[in-house]
Amino acid sequence: MSDFTSEFWNWFVGLITVLSIAGCAILLWSQSRYKVKLDEHGQPQKTTGHVWDEDLTELNTPMPRWWMGMFWLTIVFGVVYLVLYPGAGTWAGKYGWKATGEYDEEVKQANAAYGPLFNKYLHQDLKQVANDPQAHAIGERLFLTYCAQCHGSDARGNKGYPNLADGDWLYGGDPSVIKETIMKGRNGVMPPMGAALGSDKDIENVAHYVRSLSGMAADPIKVSFGKEKFGACAACHGGDAHGNQMLGAPNLTDKVWLYGGSVDTVMETIRKGRNNTMPAWGEFLGEPKVHVLAAYVWSLSNDPQRAAPASEAAAP
Amino acid sequence: MNVPAPRETVIKMYESRADIHPREVKGRFASLRWVFVWLTQILFYGVPWLMVNGRQAVLFDLETRKFHLFGLTLWPQDFIYLAALLIICAYGLFLVTAVAGRIWCGYACPQTVYTEIFLWIERRLEGNRSARIRLDRQGWNAEKIAKRGSKHLVWGLVALWTGFTFVGYFTPIRVLGDEALRFALGPWETFWVLFYACATYENAGWLREQVCKYMCPYARFQSAMFDRDTLIVSYDSLRGEPRGAVKSAANATGKGDCIDCSMCVQVCPTGIDIRQGLQYECIGCAACIDACDSVMDKVDKPRGLVRYSTQTALEERWSGARIRQRILRPRVIGYGAFFLLIAGAMTASLALRTPLKLDVIRDRGAMGREVEDGQIENVYRLQVMNTGETPHVFRIAVEGIPGAVVAGADTVELRGASARAVPVRVRIDPSRAKTGSNHIAFRVTATDDERVGVTEKAVFIVPK
Repeated sequence: MSDFTSEFWNWFVGLITVLSIAGCAILLWSQSRYKVKLDEHGQPQKTTGHVWDEDLTELNTPMPRWWMGMFWLTIVFGVVYLVLYPGAGTWAGKYGWKATGEYDEEVKQANAAYGPLFNKYLHQDLKQVANDPQAHAIGERLFLTYCAQCHGSDARGNKGYPNLADGDWLYGGDPSVIKETIMKGRNGVMPPMGAALGSDKDIENVAHYVRSLSGMAADPIKVSFGKEKFGACAACHGGDAHGNQMLGAPNLTDKVWLYGGSVDTVMETIRKGRNNTMPAWGEFLGEPKVHVLAAYVWSLSNDPQRAAPASEAAAP
Repeated sequence: MNVPAPRETVIKMYESRADIHPREVKGRFASLRWVFVWLTQILFYGVPWLMVNGRQAVLFDLETRKFHLFGLTLWPQDFIYLAALLIICAYGLFLVTAVAGRIWCGYACPQTVYTEIFLWIERRLEGNRSARIRLDRQGWNAEKIAKRGSKHLVWGLVALWTGFTFVGYFTPIRVLGDEALRFALGPWETFWVLFYACATYENAGWLREQVCKYMCPYARFQSAMFDRDTLIVSYDSLRGEPRGAVKSAANATGKGDCIDCSMCVQVCPTGIDIRQGLQYECIGCAACIDACDSVMDKVDKPRGLVRYSTQTALEERWSGARIRQRILRPRVIGYGAFFLLIAGAMTASLALRTPLKLDVIRDRGAMGREVEDGQIENVYRLQVMNTGETPHVFRIAVEGIPGAVVAGADTVELRGASARAVPVRVRIDPSRAKTGSNHIAFRVTATDDERVGVTEKAVFIVPK
């Protein structure tokens, strides 16, 4: 597709290109011969006849002929190029070359080169892939390229982006579920509960109750009031507040906080809700890469040799 | 009737090259040139076959971006050495040119060296200067076809071998040789072998002095390094003129030493007459000196009618000692000092170089996170590059904030000449650092060799 909105510019560019080449040819032809005066012996004089500053003349020192031949070659090259490649206006060129085509070709080559490697792992069980050192190294590089922006280079997450190394899972920690998460993405929604719960006081009470579930400091009176209101939350988080991995509703009884566990933050979460998106990578990366990636992510919290020490992992 | 003579005519601004058939020359300077031909060619054709540590000793591996020079491996980060090398080459050339003119051109430049080799082949197959001129003029017959054909065949083979060797610096030459024997070279390898073969064949076989006269940029700016005390190939006109053949003792009176035998013109590879003084075409090869010396020997006159001399020396009739005294002049000292300075700095830098590189990239996704016990954690990606050939286990330590530690595994194993991105978490007690950014540094050291270690600065952020 043309970048210009008007046909005029295509013609303009095309015409200038073609005229420039023709102009070069004319210039070359006209400058390769020169009319000079004859001296008193009837011989052509040795200067071109140009005189500057009264007596400064230009000697005619002929250039080698192959040099002129090279100029003609560049003109031939220019014409051939314009026929084969897009260069003159909207003319697409005989080769149909495109920058995007070049890119696609390189991607195809890379896939042909690395495809068999990934396909080998695709036919292996995810836990088996996780124990393969080469697959681990590939997975690490894939993670650093595609996942680290949100989840951090160490996969321990950021505010709003889950920690992938703590063994706590919103949608389940089975390797096949992790793979599904990467392939299809996730959209975790916590609706705003402010209106359903009532006043700010009620929200604060529920926040204290939620904190108490994790054994965090909480006001006992507010906890008891909050507990009465928790029914509104139980639909997703469950009566025992252990969450629901089918919905991606977090377990509220552990110390893992996606957005933070302070009273203010929990109140904000309850009042305004949360909307969290993990994009789908299946189409972009393709299943073979996602397979290796899922195995790597799973290994972060499972392989005893590579998992974080127990003291660093959050309580279940 | 009187036809008025035309007052104007049309001339061509381009002309075809006049063939030059330099006569073979023997003498001190010709021998010296052959020494350089052998030296440079043994180096060029031989070096790619040398092996070190089980790999090619000199290999510029463009695909993995590693340049191997014997025990040394240069990475893209070492690009500065290339700059230094080019500066050293440039100043070396400036220095030599200021002292002795175009001796690089005359003895060691690939254009001269290959032309010399190709001329030698030409002489062996087509005969000497007069035989070649005769061959040029005669029509195409079996003799001419055989001579010309065999010459181009041998030229072509030398050129192909040269192209093959050149590519052998970039693709392991043994693999390349194996592929070439099986006619299984890749498309790019084939292209570059043929490209350099064609360039050699064309430059040394056909273009020759045209390269020096019309293409070489160095030849064009050499006048900037020249002065009146620079050695040039010069004809001593005070001694030589008036020139003329000496037929008898009577005829010798009033004549100079030049017998006008035109040997100096016949041997000149650029086709000039040195007796017309310094000309831009002169590449300082001294073929005319050798030729004239042998003629002077024959006519029993002292050598040196054509000799390496300087402009001042010719005018002031200086001796050789006086010329040598003038070598140490400000221009030469300046070039020399700069040459030594850069060469020294590069050598020192290469000798003191640690075979380990480190880049620290802080995770930009978050300022910092609070972990359970109130400590603050920042995440970094450490690009650790083991640029040596020995595998090492490296320990990652952090300094700059008291009590700062690397959480989790703090060692990483790397094979020789490999790189790895290592995610690293640094944990501190916030009471021991200020809110905002704090300066820290990562120290990566090989566990088995304390000397292999580098420190890289970074920033630790304590969020409000």
